[in-house]
Amino acid sequence: MTAIRLPESGRAPFALWPPLTLAVLVTPVVGGLLGTLLPAFGYLPALGLDRVSLAAFGELWLVPGLGTSIALALWVALGSTLLAFVLALAFVAGTMALPRSAWTRRLVTPLLAAPHVGVAVGLAFLLAPSGLLVRAASPWLTGWQVPPAWLFPGDPWGLALVFALVAKETPFLVLMILAGQTGIDADRRLIAARSLGHGPLVAWIVAVLPTLYPGLRLPLFAVLAYGFAPVDMAAILGPTVPPILGVRVVELLGDAQLARWPVGAAAALLLLALACLAMGFWRLLERPTAALGRRWLTGGPGRPMPALIPRSILTVAVLPSALALLGLATLPLWSVAGRWRFPGLWPDGLRFDGWSALGVDLASSVVVTLTLAVVVAGVAVALVVLCLEAETHRRRAVPPRAVLWLFLPLVVPQAAFLFGVQVLLAGLRVDGTVLAVAVVQLAFVVPYAFLTLAGPFRALDPRWALAARSLGRRPGEVLWRIKLPLLAAPLATALAVSVAVSVALYLPTMFAGSGRVRTLAVEAVALAGADRRSAGIVVTVLALIPLVAFAAAAVVRRRTERRR
Amino acid sequence: MNAVLTLEEVGVSLVGRDLFRPLDLTVAAGETVAVMGASGQGKSSLLLGICGGLRPPLRLTGEVTLDGHSLAGLPPERRRLGVLFQDPMLFPHLTVRENLAFAVPRHRSREQRARAIDDALGRAELLAFGERRPATLSGGQAARIALVRAMLAEPAALLLDEPFAKLDVPLRTRIRAFVRSVVADAGIPCLLVTHDIADAEELGARVVALEAPSAGEG
Repeated sequence: MTAIRLPESGRAPFALWPPLTLAVLVTPVVGGLLGTLLPAFGYLPALGLDRVSLAAFGELWLVPGLGTSIALALWVALGSTLLAFVLALAFVAGTMALPRSAWTRRLVTPLLAAPHVGVAVGLAFLLAPSGLLVRAASPWLTGWQVPPAWLFPGDPWGLALVFALVAKETPFLVLMILAGQTGIDADRRLIAARSLGHGPLVAWIVAVLPTLYPGLRLPLFAVLAYGFAPVDMAAILGPTVPPILGVRVVELLGDAQLARWPVGAAAALLLLALACLAMGFWRLLERPTAALGRRWLTGGPGRPMPALIPRSILTVAVLPSALALLGLATLPLWSVAGRWRFPGLWPDGLRFDGWSALGVDLASSVVVTLTLAVVVAGVAVALVVLCLEAETHRRRAVPPRAVLWLFLPLVVPQAAFLFGVQVLLAGLRVDGTVLAVAVVQLAFVVPYAFLTLAGPFRALDPRWALAARSLGRRPGEVLWRIKLPLLAAPLATALAVSVAVSVALYLPTMFAGSGRVRTLAVEAVALAGADRRSAGIVVTVLALIPLVAFAAAAVVRRRTERRR
Repeated sequence: MNAVLTLEEVGVSLVGRDLFRPLDLTVAAGETVAVMGASGQGKSSLLLGICGGLRPPLRLTGEVTLDGHSLAGLPPERRRLGVLFQDPMLFPHLTVRENLAFAVPRHRSREQRARAIDDALGRAELLAFGERRPATLSGGQAARIALVRAMLAEPAALLLDEPFAKLDVPLRTRIRAFVRSVVADAGIPCLLVTHDIADAEELGARVVALEAPSAGEG
């Protein structure tokens, strides 16, 4: 028997793109880790260090408050990830149990679009002692005529930071859960479990969650890795004396005393080790948790649950995200607030001069941010499309493990390898350029573009392409003229998500740009500690860009739906 | 055209296991052969394999030749096979005319292309529908456009994957007659897979049944 196959000598169409994309993703991480590892062990020729030693680690242990910084890093990362995961599960299960609450899922998109720094500034303005929440309750409820003397946000336990991370990451995990559900026929599983006598909430946990979980591990680790160094959010909401370890790493690596850099590199490696430890710990806990769950699940259906329980669960699940949205919504008001005495709920007057004064200074940041967003999003989506197209032409099925490489930049804490990236870029004499920032941003944007686009691309009926090719058209033309127009809606969403990720990137922009490429995210963190009006202006503009991108994607989606 | 479609020991295997006993079959020019089999026996996979669209882990085995030339290793666009599926697969973002234009070979002049499209629309009795979107067509209209689109690419053979399955019964009879007349005019071999004997009868097809693989085979 002879198998019908593509000629062995010829390369399958688009075969070049997956390795090229992998290089874009893996090079910064591996190169960056190497560039961090060597200085940590005393090798940084640029500073005249060329003898391998452990001196930097010795110095690191002498840094005051290091133990607290480590403890804070572990608590913030693990605590926020676990809480966000529990709330995301509660949110999805709750909306399953209460069909009328499905509208709450619409909260997910604007929060996904919002940059981390925007959420942090919004929550800071909302939760501060002189913030809107305290004002709303004063003096009629609290009796306060002056703001209370709380150290919040910026509390030494990192509670405000954990809260903000939970508010920002819960929608991301909700989206991952909802995306995972479509691939496992969740609705039918739910009906099957309910027909056996389980209530909707328990039915979801019994019949859907166990199958869903393995696919959520990677997004969870991405959240965990980010939680180890949320430097932009920590600068606004985090503890300062001492700060979390991720902030310490950045401070040490940015120290004017260059001799401190190896200590910073050693701290970055410590951060990486902690993140690996935390991921291992998470994996270790999965088995006993599953065993406990199995014992409960095999106990059979219980009594029907009163509706109050899913309603309460849903309310708790929605609360952090709803507050974050409220915080974001009030930013424009802070940007034009004139004098605003406590406990007034509305400013004494509105002033727009801040916009005109700061607007001129911000113009170049807006241009840089938009240029980066458009170029990076366009290239990222193009790379993902070409990789997915290459997948359809492969002679063998793609092993699922190959996709793990795509997420490498997301599951390694940014602060652990970005210094190394900066060292490499400096060696190539391109650090501090927009091009360098674009290349580094690409590594963080491609995984999100892939997450958004892979499902719809792979779900596209292969008969479309076959019908087109049997009409005599080549693969490239079929991709351009048939597949891409058919995928217009998910492509627009992937572009919007990529724009949102690009504009929000703080640490990669700071390091690759050597602080000289001033995007809006960089400006927002710098101005957050200044006056509220300036911070309100920058963050409003910053938050508007992804919102506009998502609105445009919604228009494209509506237009394509109308065509069908 | 006098092309002959030949299948020698052609089967579909899934991880080394044959889905049906391999087929030996010759479809002469102007002839229609109906391959019949139960659901899930691999009929559609056989057709996908012949036109070069089978994805791993499914694999086509054996030798397929068209007019004496092996199709092994040829990409779908170079196999000269027209294909019709259960769904018409008209590209929803293109108008009916643009759908047809997509199929006309590039080497034709602008006037020739326009004439070919008008002829196809006329053949489908849908001359006034050229500027319409596929979503506005009825099931029968879409099926006719799909067939004339496939023929515009000047295929040397036609493959039909249960193209009447989603049509209601009265419409099915009319579309079968339409397909029969188009295939007869073109004088090309036509391979149909179906589970409905009426499809074979009304197309005047020779019937070949898929058989389960014998024990130990594959």
